[in-house]
Amino acid sequence: MSQIALAANLAADAGHQPVAEPVFLGIDVGSVSTNLVLINGAGKVLHTQYLRTYGRPVEVVQKGLTALTGVLDDQVVAGVGTTGSARHITGHMVRADVIKNEITAHAVAVAELAPDARTIIEIGGQDSKLIILRNGVVTDFAMNTVCAAGTGSFLDQQAFRLGVPIEEFGGLALRAKNRVRIAGRCAVFAESDMVHKQQLGHSLEDIVAGLCDALVRNYINNIAKGKEILGPVVFQGGVAANTGIRRAFEEALQLEVIVPPHFDVMGAYGAALLARVITGEGRRKTRFKGLQIVKSEFKSTSQECKGCPNLCEIVNFSEDGRVIARWGDRCGKWQAITG
Amino acid sequence: MNITFPRMGNSYNAFAHFINRLGHKAVVPPPLSDRTLSLGVKHAPEFACIPFKIILGSYLEAIEQGADIIITSGGSGPCRAGFYGILHERILRSLGYDIEVVVFDSIYQRPKDFFAKANRFRRAAGVSWPRFFYLIWEAWEMVKALDELERLSLDVRPREKSVGATTRALDQAYEIMAQAETNVDIQAARDKGLALLRGVPLQNKEYLLKIGIVGEIYVLIEPFANLNIQEMLGNLGVFCDRAIYLSGWTKENTVADHDAALRRTASPYVNQMIGGHGLENVAYAIRYQQQGFDGVVHLAPFACIPEIVVKSVFPRVTHELDFPVLDVFLDELTGKAGLQTRLEAFVDMLAFKRGKYQLGGVYT
Repeated sequence: MSQIALAANLAADAGHQPVAEPVFLGIDVGSVSTNLVLINGAGKVLHTQYLRTYGRPVEVVQKGLTALTGVLDDQVVAGVGTTGSARHITGHMVRADVIKNEITAHAVAVAELAPDARTIIEIGGQDSKLIILRNGVVTDFAMNTVCAAGTGSFLDQQAFRLGVPIEEFGGLALRAKNRVRIAGRCAVFAESDMVHKQQLGHSLEDIVAGLCDALVRNYINNIAKGKEILGPVVFQGGVAANTGIRRAFEEALQLEVIVPPHFDVMGAYGAALLARVITGEGRRKTRFKGLQIVKSEFKSTSQECKGCPNLCEIVNFSEDGRVIARWGDRCGKWQAITG
Repeated sequence: MNITFPRMGNSYNAFAHFINRLGHKAVVPPPLSDRTLSLGVKHAPEFACIPFKIILGSYLEAIEQGADIIITSGGSGPCRAGFYGILHERILRSLGYDIEVVVFDSIYQRPKDFFAKANRFRRAAGVSWPRFFYLIWEAWEMVKALDELERLSLDVRPREKSVGATTRALDQAYEIMAQAETNVDIQAARDKGLALLRGVPLQNKEYLLKIGIVGEIYVLIEPFANLNIQEMLGNLGVFCDRAIYLSGWTKENTVADHDAALRRTASPYVNQMIGGHGLENVAYAIRYQQQGFDGVVHLAPFACIPEIVVKSVFPRVTHELDFPVLDVFLDELTGKAGLQTRLEAFVDMLAFKRGKYQLGGVYT
C-alpha cells in the first residue's frame, strides 16, 4: 500500500471525515479505440473502459469521462496521463499531468505487470509495434512504417467482409484443419489472395487461419527484422484478443506468448502509472481540470498563417469559446497566445 | 536565361546569388509545399522515390514562375538519381513544356563535359573565365556561411527558452543573407546571422542528448522531405548533428584522406560501394558512436535501395557497439504525428540509457 493510501486509511480509522482516496487516470486515444484506466495509489486497476474512437477523439473522451462519474465514489482524481496518437489534444483538453508517447507508456505498463518480460508485441488499430526490454528498460523498438497491413483495422475489415464477428475470428482460425497460404506483404494483396482462395472452395476456417499466419509473417519480416526476440514475450493491444494470431506468433517464434490481463488497455494503464509517478503519488497537486469538463464544448478550427513563406497550418483549440491551446506554427508565435 | 534548380535546404540562396551575379535571372523554386508534392506525385512514375517526386513538382512550380532552363547535378553508381535529370526533362517535355535540363556531372569524372556546359552559361552572360570562377568562389562562400548558420541553430534550439525563437532567428538570418551581393556582404550577413542566433535567450541545461542524423542526401538536407526532423528533435531538447552538408563541412574539418578513412571505418560492416551515400552513412553512424553521441536517426526515402542495405546493416552496428539507431522511411506522408511518436520514444529510450531520465517527465 502506498504512503498516500495508508495515510488516507489511518485518517479514516481515527474517525475523521473519510479522506478521499487518490486515484490516477490514464487515457489512451488511438485511431480505433479510446481506453480509460483508473488505478489506485498501489497501482491496482479499479476500472477500465474500451470505447471506439470513430475519428472523434474529443467526444469519445467526454463520453468516457461521463461514465467515470458513476464509478468514482469518494475517490478523487489526483493525476491524469494521456497517450496514443491523440495524446496532445487530449492532454490540452483535460490538462494532463503527463503526455507520453505510446511506446514508453506500453513499456511502463509491462514493466509493472510483468517485470521480467523481454519482448512486447503490440498490435493496435493502425499501428504495430515491437518493444525490446532488457531488465525492465526499453533497449530497442520498431513500428510499422508506411503500411498498416496486419493491424486491427484490416482484421476488422476482413471479418466484416466474411460476415464473421471479430470476436469469433480467432476461434475460427484455431479450428482450421488445413491452413491455406495467403500473401501477407500488403493488405490489398492479402485481400485479393483470400478472395481467390475462397472462390476455389477452401473452408472459411482454413482461410482465416492462413490470414493469421500471413499477418504474423508480415510482422516478423517487417517490424521484427534483425531484432533479437527473447522470451518472455508479452502480446497486447486489441489484436491480442485474437487467439488465432496468438497461436501463429507462438508457432513462428517457437516461444510462449503471454497475453496479460487488461491487454487491450495497456497504454492507458501505462499512462495512469506515469501520472501516479509524476504527481508524487498524489502529493503534488494535479493539473487536471476535473470531470466537469464533460459539460464544456470543445472546438478546433484551423487557419493558414500568412506571416512568412512557411505558411504554417495553425490549429486553434477552444473550450466554451475561449482558445486554450494553439499549435502547428514553426516559429511559436501562435502557441504563445491563448485565452 | 531564366534559370531554376532543385531546391534543397538553404542552398537556394547561394544558387540564386550565383545565377543573378552572373547576369542571368534566377527563378527560385517556391517553398516546397503539399501542392509541390501533389504535382510531383501526379506526374512522376509511381515507383520513383520521394526526392524525385518533390523535385519534379518543384520544377513545375518554377516553370509557372517563368523558368525556361533547369540546372541540376548528376550522380554515379548504383542509385537511380543519376538518371533523374534526363527523366525529369522527358516528363516535362511530354507535358508540353519547352524546357531543357542541363545536368552537371562530377567535374573530376567528366571534366570536359563539365566545362563545355559551364562555358555555355558563361558565354551567354558575357563574363570572362576569371570572373566566372570568382563568382563560383563567392557563391561557395555563401554556401559555407548558410551551413554555418544552420549548424549553430542546431546547438541553440534545444536550449532556447521560448519555443520557436531559434527558428525565427534563423529565418531572419537567411533573409539578411539573401540581400548580400558581394563577398564582403556575405561575410557581414554571416556575422549578423550568427549574432542573432547567439542572442536567443537560453535556459540552463545540465546535459543535452546528442543524436546524429544520417541518410540519403536529399531527405537529409531538405526539411520539407524529412518533416523538419531537425526542428522536431531540437524542440524535444536534443542536440542533433547532420552527417552531410552541401558545404562538406565534415569533409573539410576531418582528416585529409576523408574518403579512404570513411571506407576503413565502415569496412567491418560494408566493404564495397553500395550506391548513394550508403557506405558513408554506415561510417558516419560509427563515427557518431565514437564521438560519444547517444544514438543515430537514419533517414531514407521509401524503397531507396542503398539505404535499405544500410538499414539491414544497422542492427549489427547497434548490437556490437551498443549504439541505438532509429530507421525512418519517408514517403508521401506529410502528417508528423507518426514521426513525433517515434522520436519521443527514441529520446525517452536514449535518456534512460544515459541515466538522465525522470519517469513520466522529459529528461533533465
